[in-house]
Amino acid sequence: MPSLKDLRNRIASVKATQKITKAMQMVAAAKLRRAQTAAEAARPYAERMAVVLGNLASGITVGPETPRLLAGTGSDRVHLLIVCTAERGLCGAFNSSIARLARDHANRLMAEGKTVKIICVGKKGYDILRRQFAEQIIELIDLRSVRQLGFEQGDMIAQKVLARYEAGEFDVATLFYSRFRSVIAQIPTAQQIIPTQIEASTGANDAVYDYEPDEGEILETLLPRNLTVQIFRALLENAASEQGARMSAMDNATRNAGEMIKKQTMTYNRSRQAMITKELIEIISGAEAL
Amino acid sequence: MATFTFELVSPERVLFSGDVDAVVLPATEGDMTILAGHSPVMTALKTGFLVITSTPGNGRRVLVRGGFADVNQNGLTVLAERALPEEELTQEILDHEILTAEMHYDATNDPAAKHAAESAVAQLREAKAALNY
Repeated sequence: MPSLKDLRNRIASVKATQKITKAMQMVAAAKLRRAQTAAEAARPYAERMAVVLGNLASGITVGPETPRLLAGTGSDRVHLLIVCTAERGLCGAFNSSIARLARDHANRLMAEGKTVKIICVGKKGYDILRRQFAEQIIELIDLRSVRQLGFEQGDMIAQKVLARYEAGEFDVATLFYSRFRSVIAQIPTAQQIIPTQIEASTGANDAVYDYEPDEGEILETLLPRNLTVQIFRALLENAASEQGARMSAMDNATRNAGEMIKKQTMTYNRSRQAMITKELIEIISGAEAL
Repeated sequence: MATFTFELVSPERVLFSGDVDAVVLPATEGDMTILAGHSPVMTALKTGFLVITSTPGNGRRVLVRGGFADVNQNGLTVLAERALPEEELTQEILDHEILTAEMHYDATNDPAAKHAAESAVAQLREAKAALNY
């Protein structure tokens, strides 16, 4: 049976924790709003890009002159997984669910006898994956010093990936991130980015286009840019998801702490009352004995 | 004058969306003006000013760096890699842009990329000079 002092200390400690989780929840809510607007602002560009690329790609046939980003290297032996996670923990299952998706994917590929390489964006994913895939991880991209995600970060990652592709280090690249559905729902997603997957054009656009400069040249500049846009979008979605996940995790933690405080206070009051009753009985029986 | 729908999007935000009279694009093959009813065309953009005319005699300039313009029956869409409206341009921002472009120039050995970076620097210098008025 813990003493009254122990109970008091315990209640004070849970209260302090509750204050912290409450503050974290509010910070996450404020950051979420910003991240969400950023993610929404980036959506039109990515969508437009997909439409333009769809229009362009539906007009050409895959041949030897097709850029390799679209046609692929012709094999699928080496796979690159780009795993985007958060830089910080305390956000529920956010990091681990992305890492789990990537791990399952990597295991399946390795079981098929393919070579797997991993680039981690964000420290948390690296921490989880390095236990199992220490040899496969070829790079860790740290975005901790970045305060506001900009297009430059997407570009930086895309350039690194492209350089490796040009050097023939891999055949297929897949991007892992968490898509932001709502505050309580973030969906871990795997998206193949190299070779570029084109959504079939809606067919509404059968007008004959003029190209300036020619089609191939445009496609050649458009494809790397599309890669950047996809990565940038994944980063933004991830940022919004992270804050959403943290917000709901911290909300839960605050509620749990509240429950715990209630229970502890009840025990504290009970044992205090028991103590008083005991003392009273002692006094009364002492008086009676006289 | 007939108008058409014009959208200017950069990766970070939508800068302009609405009906306009004419838009001058800094296309790689030379500046081109898009009017309503233009035939479908797709072109790459270089660094330069994009001029939006929404009503006659009333223009807005936006500095764009690289990107694409897509003209179809629905109107004109410009996907700019980087876009800065004239109001937001300052000497410091331009100096920074010039510096990055120069660094690009120094970093690459590919003649085509070198040429592109060189013309970007020239364009930015010109923009800086134009801003002083």
